[in-house]
Amino acid sequence: METLAQLRDRLLARFPAAEVTVVTNPSPSAQHALRVDAHHAREIAGFLRDDPALQLDQCTNVTGIDWPEKEVVDAVRTTVPDPAGGTPRVVEEKIKRLEPGRLEVVYHLYSIALRHGPVVLRLVTGNRTDAVTLPSLTPVWRSCEFQEREVFDLFGVAFEGHPDLRRILMWDGFQDHPMRRDYREPDDYEWEPTPHGDVLAKAKRHYPAPAPSAP
Amino acid sequence: MNAAATLAAPPTGAHIRAVRGELSGDLLEVSMGPHHPSTHGVFRMIVTLDGETIVRLKPVFGYLHRNHEKLAENTSYLGSMPYTDRLDYLNAMTNNWAYARAVEQLAGIAVPERAEYVRVILAELTRLLNHTCLAGFLMQDCGCSGTPLMYAFREREKILDLFESLSGSRMMCNYQRFGGCRVDPTADWLAGAKKLVGGYGAFLDEFEALLTGNEILLARTQGVGRLGAALAINAGVTGPMLRAAGVNHDLRKVDGYGVYPRFQFRVPLGAHGDVYDRYMIRILEMRESLAILRQSLAGLPAGPVMNPQAKLRGFRPKPGEAYGRIEGPKGEIGFHLVSDGGPNPWRYHVRAPSFINLTLLEDLCLGHTVADAVIILGSIDIVLGEVDR
Repeated sequence: METLAQLRDRLLARFPAAEVTVVTNPSPSAQHALRVDAHHAREIAGFLRDDPALQLDQCTNVTGIDWPEKEVVDAVRTTVPDPAGGTPRVVEEKIKRLEPGRLEVVYHLYSIALRHGPVVLRLVTGNRTDAVTLPSLTPVWRSCEFQEREVFDLFGVAFEGHPDLRRILMWDGFQDHPMRRDYREPDDYEWEPTPHGDVLAKAKRHYPAPAPSAP
Repeated sequence: MNAAATLAAPPTGAHIRAVRGELSGDLLEVSMGPHHPSTHGVFRMIVTLDGETIVRLKPVFGYLHRNHEKLAENTSYLGSMPYTDRLDYLNAMTNNWAYARAVEQLAGIAVPERAEYVRVILAELTRLLNHTCLAGFLMQDCGCSGTPLMYAFREREKILDLFESLSGSRMMCNYQRFGGCRVDPTADWLAGAKKLVGGYGAFLDEFEALLTGNEILLARTQGVGRLGAALAINAGVTGPMLRAAGVNHDLRKVDGYGVYPRFQFRVPLGAHGDVYDRYMIRILEMRESLAILRQSLAGLPAGPVMNPQAKLRGFRPKPGEAYGRIEGPKGEIGFHLVSDGGPNPWRYHVRAPSFINLTLLEDLCLGHTVADAVIILGSIDIVLGEVDR
């Protein structure tokens, strides 16, 4: 199979308006990925499935990944010339920046016909709150149907064009998305006759302290 | 709502017409499960019937959901190894192997040759166990109550005895480690395994004499739940169900992981993709598994079963990610791991074969009767511990 860089160039030639980048995987598995912009994702997925040199006919695995907002420290080195004419000094400055939070959906594609793979596709949402819509790839690979429902259920990614987007593992009335990193379980304290340890702390949170009685 | 309010509004005709009125035009919605013995656990199907014909079927999941993935993200890499046993609780050994393989890919850990052989032996024993049980369950679903299942369970116990003497537990084996296996099988154990493999062919002959040509089995299963190759591939179906549809795809051949390329075995393929083919494929696969077992037990090399460089405590793989998969008895079982350099996985995802094989349940059942839906579900081979995770 061609390399991912060649595949990216071929995709960009075919879809000039698309944004396709190669994401390097530093681990020894060397399963590098293609990040595709949401707008062209379904067209690109259809191309990957139908292209005779690729024939990625099976989308094996669909995963969501939550990346909450994170503070990243970049070390920037600047060379400061010495006004007295000596050797310039190298000053290392640590700049903090806030990496915005996002949700990522990862698709692992294999070809049964040509026996190669995986080609890893990654789609990224705008943020974790209101721009969480991504195109559904279920029209391209039917195997995404339940797996995208699972990502919707557990991560809260809304898949546009999915034929039946409902919760799948949690029940219908459930509110939150439990696989997000900042998920906190609800206050489901049940009465205990002799609470102690963690359970006592939970009981204290559950039953607010009684108001002090008037003297 | 109090009882008086319920009694004040008796059900009107609209509620009961579906049952009592003209059935020809009305559809009836039936909830099968989650406590139905034919659903292999707590699985539910909302079936819409026209007479006795299924016109719509919606599976409902989640009754056994405990968010396995979240638990795994809150413990160390090794800490979730015993927990993978509980996914597909019939096939702990292959779940362990798939997880170990994903971590080995993530961290680049080599596995000694003897451990690879032991893994193959255990995976093929697991395949025998799973397929034997499945054939028994499927017969139970067809209505042959008791006998085939008891025959199957008798053989299964022999394999579980081997697992118990090796790992200490019949079903929750927790045996594989990153970079090898936990304990080395003794000569006694290997002799026991050889004895079991030597006698298993006779059991299969007996089982097949009882079932394969059975007229009732043929009438119940042939032409039921047909699945075409193109749809099966597109829907991510894997394992015996995909091969029953005639697609030559077995990860032991395609990926050639472990030491599988060293063994001579064939991949049985179906022609019709119906329930009978799915039954037959499993019987044939068991015979191929026996061939692999004979070769691997004969060629088992001496040496360590654990990579001495592999680190169990304080294991922190470098940032990156890996998707590792093996051919489990139910299909492709894979683990997708994302590491951020910490002691716990940042993301841990299980690609559960029986969950994804259920995608096509509705397509397979449309136009069949409820009794057929039961055997179609049985032939997909689900375990709810893995479906709901």
